[in-house]
Amino acid sequence: MSDIVAVHNLGMKYHSLNGEIDALKNVNFTVKKGEFICIVGPSGCGKSTLLSLLAGLLKPTEGEVYIKGKKVSGASLDVGYMFQKDHLFEWRTIHRNVLIGPEIRRTLTDETKEYVLNLLKTYGLYEFKDKYPSQLSGGMRQRAALIRTIATKPDILLLDEAFSALDYQTRLAVNDDIYSIIKKENKTAILVTHDIAESISMADRVFVFSKRPGTIKNIYEIKLSCPQRTPLCSRDAPEFRYYFNKIWKELDVHV
Amino acid sequence: MSDMDKNISPEHKLFLLKVKRQKIAVNTARIAILVALIILWEVLAQFRMIDSFITSSPSRIVRTLVNLYREGTLFRHILVTCSETVIGFLLGTLLGTLIAVILWSSSFLARVFEPYLVVLNSLPKVALGPIFIVWAGAGPVSIIMMALAISLIVTIMEVLNGFLGVDRDKIKLMEAFGANRFQTFAKVVLPSTRPVIMNALKINVGLSWVGVIMGEFLVSKAGIGYLIVYGGQVFKLDLVMASVIILGIAATLMYHGVLFLERILFRNS
Repeated sequence: MSDIVAVHNLGMKYHSLNGEIDALKNVNFTVKKGEFICIVGPSGCGKSTLLSLLAGLLKPTEGEVYIKGKKVSGASLDVGYMFQKDHLFEWRTIHRNVLIGPEIRRTLTDETKEYVLNLLKTYGLYEFKDKYPSQLSGGMRQRAALIRTIATKPDILLLDEAFSALDYQTRLAVNDDIYSIIKKENKTAILVTHDIAESISMADRVFVFSKRPGTIKNIYEIKLSCPQRTPLCSRDAPEFRYYFNKIWKELDVHV
Repeated sequence: MSDMDKNISPEHKLFLLKVKRQKIAVNTARIAILVALIILWEVLAQFRMIDSFITSSPSRIVRTLVNLYREGTLFRHILVTCSETVIGFLLGTLLGTLIAVILWSSSFLARVFEPYLVVLNSLPKVALGPIFIVWAGAGPVSIIMMALAISLIVTIMEVLNGFLGVDRDKIKLMEAFGANRFQTFAKVVLPSTRPVIMNALKINVGLSWVGVIMGEFLVSKAGIGYLIVYGGQVFKLDLVMASVIILGIAATLMYHGVLFLERILFRNS
């Protein structure tokens, strides 16, 4: 079984005094190892809820999530989570920031330390390892956040609007940067975004979600004819506009 | 710096000079006002344009201080008040932070105790003075309790708000790594609340002084607050004024002590 993530009939309801909210309903999909999935949908369609469910931070009210064939209950160790903001801790050096995962999981062995140092070296942050986050640029900070996420060796990365806080130029560069790292480390990734262009440029498949209660409306397999599949090159592919228009119509955005 | 000096443009040099001149001007004005006030006070008293029996005068204050020193009681009074303040301050900060931690860790307790905190916060704490005296006797313990009463509730509310204000996503990040509640607290909540705690410390210094002087007004046999009350009762305004000045100096020094502590603790951020 090569499906690293399998979601069956997933549903999530939130309760409050004003009543209950159907955040997600009847969500079904599978993800293959090494795939890059992007999820787009109108705001409030439960995209972030879905990621929390995949990470085991929330308990679904219906259905189940399987990661590597095992049913998820409680924070999953095979999953790494990345947020819109980098959330690097200002009181820790970059080196100690990226070690926080192993530190919490009590897996801070010499081997892990070596692995993390190598990551820092490979991705050009080694010279900055004793600097504090405030001394780094936005792009470098997001790279450090990614290294922190993969320091615990998760197979699946969940990226929750991970690029939305960056300005447009930085964002394009960071898209390329993070994408290449994810591919090089051979990780499976699920990115939630509301940027259609970003989703097409990075994804193997784009899941379009409907309005609340969120469910998968359509899945687009992105096949681009470009020499190198990097996010920046993808934007030049002739098929890019076709996908963009399709997804745009699918989202049915009204002001 | 020396490398930079060579590359400085004449405009920038002029700008730096201007900044420096302004700084000197501000400092000079500050000192001039103080000196002028003291001289004016002294001159008016010397020429009997004001009644120095009621207003005292700088020279009489100095004489009073020298007398207190010769009697050997000056430093004893200062020491009594300062140690009460320091103990009240430390207790208020530690207990306040501890209670805030407990309330943070249980939203049930936080909700239960919220109205109690609100009532205690709005209550004028001096009203509790007589109760403390009955419970703990007319001594330093009552005074410290007074200082504690004034600073504790503010600390709890301030620090708890700091804890609760930590970014939800930072906590979610920790949960995604599988952190338990204690790890989340020690590695994220406490360090990111450091500025809030430092602020609480600064407020607490002032409040502890208020509490201690208030307490000394009510019960004490020694201390700066005692000197002020005693001076007032026997109409020795020299003693009152001298004590107020000592108080001002001591409170300022302690405040700077906290600032110094902050600088040490925050060297890395």
